[in-house]
Amino acid sequence: MTSATDAVTPHLALPRLPEHQLAPLTAAYARANAARRRSTIYFFAALILATIVASGVAEIDLAKLFANLGRFTNYIGRLFYLDSGLPVWSDPAEWFWGWKKWLLLLADTLLIAYLGTVLGFAGAFFLCFLASANLNTNAWSRGLVRRFLEFCRTVPELVFALIFVVAFGLGPLPGVLALAIHTAGALGKLYSEVVENIDMKPVEGVLAAGATWWQTVHMAVVPQVLSNFASYGLLRFEVNVRGAAVMGFVGAGGIGQELIENIRKFYYSDVSAVLLLIIATVMIIDIGTERLRHYLIGQGSRT
Amino acid sequence: MSERTKLVVAVDPTIFANYRELLRAQASSRVRTFLLAAALLALVVIGFWHLDISLWRVITGFSELGRLVVLMFPPTPGSWANALLYLHSLAETVAIAFLGTLLAAVLAFPLGLLAARNVVPARIVQFMTRRSLDTVRGVDTLIWALIWINVVGLGPFAGVLAIMTSDIGTFGKLFSEAIEASDKKPVEGITAAGGNRLQQIHFGILPQVLPVILSQILYFFESNTRSATIIGIVGAGGIGMHLVEQIRTFEWDRVAFLILLILAAVAIIDWLSSSLRHAIIGKSAAAA
Repeated sequence: MTSATDAVTPHLALPRLPEHQLAPLTAAYARANAARRRSTIYFFAALILATIVASGVAEIDLAKLFANLGRFTNYIGRLFYLDSGLPVWSDPAEWFWGWKKWLLLLADTLLIAYLGTVLGFAGAFFLCFLASANLNTNAWSRGLVRRFLEFCRTVPELVFALIFVVAFGLGPLPGVLALAIHTAGALGKLYSEVVENIDMKPVEGVLAAGATWWQTVHMAVVPQVLSNFASYGLLRFEVNVRGAAVMGFVGAGGIGQELIENIRKFYYSDVSAVLLLIIATVMIIDIGTERLRHYLIGQGSRT
Repeated sequence: MSERTKLVVAVDPTIFANYRELLRAQASSRVRTFLLAAALLALVVIGFWHLDISLWRVITGFSELGRLVVLMFPPTPGSWANALLYLHSLAETVAIAFLGTLLAAVLAFPLGLLAARNVVPARIVQFMTRRSLDTVRGVDTLIWALIWINVVGLGPFAGVLAIMTSDIGTFGKLFSEAIEASDKKPVEGITAAGGNRLQQIHFGILPQVLPVILSQILYFFESNTRSATIIGIVGAGGIGMHLVEQIRTFEWDRVAFLILLILAAVAIIDWLSSSLRHAIIGKSAAAA
């Protein structure tokens, strides 16, 4: 009977440390816990303080938000009704009345993204070898190229587009150039990181055979990094499709111009139709490039 | 070079016979690469033609751009009053990024749980959450800003709401992926000790995903600082408003000053958040 009770309540049988050993241990545990709790409290205090300051600066007005929240749901709701008052799905032909124009603009947008990506890729490709520590031992030129790439990717592409619109005139050209510069900056950094992680043995071999710097890059570096480069380039293409869709906001071509006009003129059903086309295009591009990237990465690891 | 030409290789037909297959495969892969490059290049040419980009426009544009860049030096705010105004709108930009990221993180966390396979067993809930998050993410921040301007009027508040909305989509997806990647053994341990669903999430999942989520939030704070600089283009507060104004009135030295200001702010925030991120990751690594 007693043995059965022991089996049911085994913790009674656990040995307990003597008090003089236990006391310092529990004290240390409590101290560690208290320190953690203190740092958590400090963190939240700082967060709350920053939130209050930021709310003041950003003119947060919750009363206004809740008073007008109906307008938000109303706006979203209105997007799905035609001018005639019927819901959009009752008459798809009327909803997508401008599909010919919109598809052409979408094609423009995709071409802007594509050209921006290709030109940016070319820029990044030629600069990344100069920005990697293992191929360019000259700290000055390396630093210079790195700062330049940093500048290209830190300035938002729409700011470049705004300036280029003044210099090149309205149209897709400033959009292409703005995306290209931003892409060169973003890809250049990623590419130089890839190049810095290559296996240096082929480089040493080619150098030992008397190759020039460009021959070394061509024969020993490019074959190692090309699949990674292509994969990052595709990823960037996805990002650039999204970027190109809003380039029209500042007059730099593509479907953005049409979209912002529809929003400003309150053509609700047109807004939803164009947005739907953009979202669908972005999703299709995402899925397509993801497939391609998996294929490329698979190939890269096989060779 | 002359040393190399002295090397003479005896032609052995059996070697060629063995390697013919390999050589042929190499040749065909070379043809494929060439065709791919040709297709990509053709698309570039078609793009230039379709978008009506002529060499002449590029050349005249670049000479015009050179003229503008010369006008940008030396960068100046114009006056001290302007400098103060710009600094205030820079603070506004950082505040927009901070609050937008924070609100998005707070609101996206429950959605991330709903979209995670290992938390919500009902596939339909998870599917619906994911698709709505995708849709929200597919709409650009600038478009959300235009919509929110209709609700709360022009100003930085609309910017906060816009960044919040588009980031809820991204955070929801990232959080749900982090939660799905978590180890399920701690959850099983809590279950075995009699913990309910909420306790399983609190003690089993949260400690694992919190460092990952925190570092993602910090990363997005960085990138949102950049988004917040351009959100003023449509009137949603921040330094972008001034930037557009100065570009439209051709005050190029002020434009250069504003761009330098943005670069400095982004650099400071990058440094701040990357040191915080390292502190968080270091802490979790030490705990593990």
